[in-house]
Amino acid sequence: MNITLNGKSTELEEAMTVAELLELKRIELDRVIVEYNYDILVKDDWKTTLLNEGDNIEVLRFVGGG
Amino acid sequence: MNDNFIIGGKEVSSRLFIGTGKFQDNRIIPEVVKSSGAQVVTIALRRIDFDSEEENMLSYIPEDCIIMPNTSGARNADEAVRIARLARATGCGNWIKIEVVSDNKYLLPDNFETIKATEILSNEGFVVLPYMSPDLMAAKMLKKAGAAAVMPLGAPIGTNKGLKTKELVKILIDEIDLPIIVDAGLGKPSEAAEAMEMGASAVLVNTAIATAGDPVRMGEAFGYAVLAGRKAFLSGTGVVKDFAEASSPLTGFLA
Repeated sequence: MNITLNGKSTELEEAMTVAELLELKRIELDRVIVEYNYDILVKDDWKTTLLNEGDNIEVLRFVGGG
Repeated sequence: MNDNFIIGGKEVSSRLFIGTGKFQDNRIIPEVVKSSGAQVVTIALRRIDFDSEEENMLSYIPEDCIIMPNTSGARNADEAVRIARLARATGCGNWIKIEVVSDNKYLLPDNFETIKATEILSNEGFVVLPYMSPDLMAAKMLKKAGAAAVMPLGAPIGTNKGLKTKELVKILIDEIDLPIIVDAGLGKPSEAAEAMEMGASAVLVNTAIATAGDPVRMGEAFGYAVLAGRKAFLSGTGVVKDFAEASSPLTGFLA
């Protein structure tokens, strides 16, 4: 299955939820933000949202800025 | 004298806002917050780079700070709105610094798109602080669009050139019934004091502190400068004259 993750085409070997994808990428779940097909995906829904072919996922976090 | 500073219904304890970009070592940010006395702290939102270890900037910002995410990276109103909504979804409050820039050389803000974004976001309950080029008509439209403050630039971002837009910022201070916060370009504490002396409500400083030889001490220096400038403004500065006027009595001794 192919998805777009942070702008990059990414191949996933098996079906998974958003939460499992973040775990696979070793992302600390504290204070990251997930956008799923251009809509904000609240944390409560990460475990129940199953990724589909062609999905667009953005994972963001805060960095330094002025 | 009572000199409360209120933005979006919230009392702010310091008129120095600081940014968190460009620090060589983010671990000193808590010390800079402390030494400068700043309460409002800006941060940016970015895609995670899965190939490198990244830090969580929020872990460096003390709990009692007001976090003001910016919309840097937005090239138009729609992108700024999208970033603002994402930032709010993190649960760190509803303040947003709108920054819409499509000019990569001078990083000058697009006032027109900024006004559009301000209107949308203030209607959604955000406390909106737009970064703008100092223009009276644009500032009036920002107020009408629901801005909580207006943040004109002193000079292009990161240039440390000082308050080059002084005359235009002065007009905003005189004419716009909102806090005017000088954002960008201030390079030295004296320039922050200059902005405050003429009646700016606050200043936002990042590069000048982050790239100083000793950022913690420079943060402290900016803190003092902002306090000094504010007190001078409240005191009412003396009249400027062309000719000397003795401060000591000139008669009654020797002559």
